[in-house]
Amino acid sequence: MKTLVLVEHDNTDMKDATLAVVTAASQLGEVHALVLGSGCGSVGEQAAKVAGVTTVHVADDASLANQLPENAAPLIATLMESHDAFLAPATTTGKNIAPRVAALLDVMQISDILSVESEDTFTRPIYAGNAIATVTTSDAKKVITVRGTAFDKAATEGGSASVEGVTGAGDAGLSSFVSEEIAKSERPELTSAKIIVSGGRALGSSEKFEEVITPLADKLGAGIGASRAAVDAGYVPNDYQVGQTGKIVAPEVYIAIGISGAIQHLAGMKDSKTIVAINKDEDAPIFQVADIGLVADLFDAVPELTGKV
Amino acid sequence: MKILVPVKRVIDYNVKPRVKSDGSGVDLANVKMSMNPFDEISVEEAIRLKEAGKAEEIVAVSVGPQKAQETLRTALAMGADRAILVMTDDEVEPLGVAKILAKIVEEEAPKLVITGKQAIDDDSNQTGQMLAALLGWGQGTFANEVDIDGESITVKREIDGGLQTVKLGLPAVVTTDLRLNEPRYASLPNIMKAKKKPLDEKTPADYGVDISPRLTTTNVSEPPVRQAGEIVEDVDALVAKLKAVGAI
Repeated sequence: MKTLVLVEHDNTDMKDATLAVVTAASQLGEVHALVLGSGCGSVGEQAAKVAGVTTVHVADDASLANQLPENAAPLIATLMESHDAFLAPATTTGKNIAPRVAALLDVMQISDILSVESEDTFTRPIYAGNAIATVTTSDAKKVITVRGTAFDKAATEGGSASVEGVTGAGDAGLSSFVSEEIAKSERPELTSAKIIVSGGRALGSSEKFEEVITPLADKLGAGIGASRAAVDAGYVPNDYQVGQTGKIVAPEVYIAIGISGAIQHLAGMKDSKTIVAINKDEDAPIFQVADIGLVADLFDAVPELTGKV
Repeated sequence: MKILVPVKRVIDYNVKPRVKSDGSGVDLANVKMSMNPFDEISVEEAIRLKEAGKAEEIVAVSVGPQKAQETLRTALAMGADRAILVMTDDEVEPLGVAKILAKIVEEEAPKLVITGKQAIDDDSNQTGQMLAALLGWGQGTFANEVDIDGESITVKREIDGGLQTVKLGLPAVVTTDLRLNEPRYASLPNIMKAKKKPLDEKTPADYGVDISPRLTTTNVSEPPVRQAGEIVEDVDALVAKLKAVGAI
């Protein structure tokens, strides 16, 4: 089987999310990578070095600078004439593009796969990860998004794929990019952080969130996450949200502070290796999944913890 | 301008789903069902656009069993003008739903379709994007803010790194994210009024599209259960534990 992997990138650097998708694709067959962008030659070179990738297709065009799905999907659909499976990371970019490709190909997409059981059978989470479904597709071509935490990352060195240019139909004239507000941070990205410190509604305000959570995260070199309640209350921006409909994370250590542990939040973090919970409510559901729990007022316990680590 | 709002009847947000012991699926017997939370946000947004004078009519649509009528009545009670139920007891996949919706769009000619970014039962996150592809329309997914200006719509989208704003020509498809708005509760008088609003019943056969499933679910199982660990006494004990597991 010939697979086509959508490379996640910002026109300069390839993102780690790509590497888990390469691993999933390599379980299906030959791995080709696709870089859609503008001025994205360096990304093509990085993708060519990923172990397991044999060919990199680079579509470098102004209309693809922001990977607008209206422009990207027709190009991918055309490339799928000579590939059997399209795999994208289950990131907001992948989720935006892949279903559009699937519909153009008249294929039912398989979202957020956790494992490849055979060339037509996969497992995927449903009901916020409270159930795992095994699904078999009857479609000849496959369109798949891949959960990044479920597959090992392919090595970024060791490959020597050939790089080929491809051209698309250009601007579909349906959409245009206006602007982007991307948080610039020295902090590790949530989906690749080794340690995550996450705060909930109990923090009470954005000032307190900053005052209590940030110093601990700084001390640990951790990424910062939040529950939906904390995001909805405006303590932190939307891209901090961990959960069923936010980011799915699986760090070495996840420290949940003032988070009660709604099923929607647990769906986003329960695959973390070690879960630590600090909450003053001893009946909070978060303690049912935590490896280490501390029943305490977070405003006392967290500063003390920050001082002692 | 007319807005079409597809809504889905799903397990209530607050219910913990139970996997059936025979592995055939999730037990939905006697479980509270509600409108998919993201679809509530879609209905609310459509109503706000109407209240702002940017839309004249809101049509709610659902593809599902007879009981999805209740979900449509909820949309009508919130403020939708009329509803269409495409009745089927079979499970229809996102691709099938998108094909039915595309036919309804042909008949109804809305300028805008607003729907939830994902349903909280199958967590697919596909229908809106597929519908946009089938119609050849632009798509503004994971909307945090929308603004209609004449023949175009500006959508601020929630993306992994922050926010992205795109401009789409109308007609277009928008899928909603959590921060777009806070849906209203239907008032009792509006719930009563909703009972008199028109609700058309159709079947998938009326639209002549092939919605036979492409995927077969062979097993549904419980995820591995995490065992509760240990409650420590104080911060010193927590630090010791963190050191023991090599976290710090």
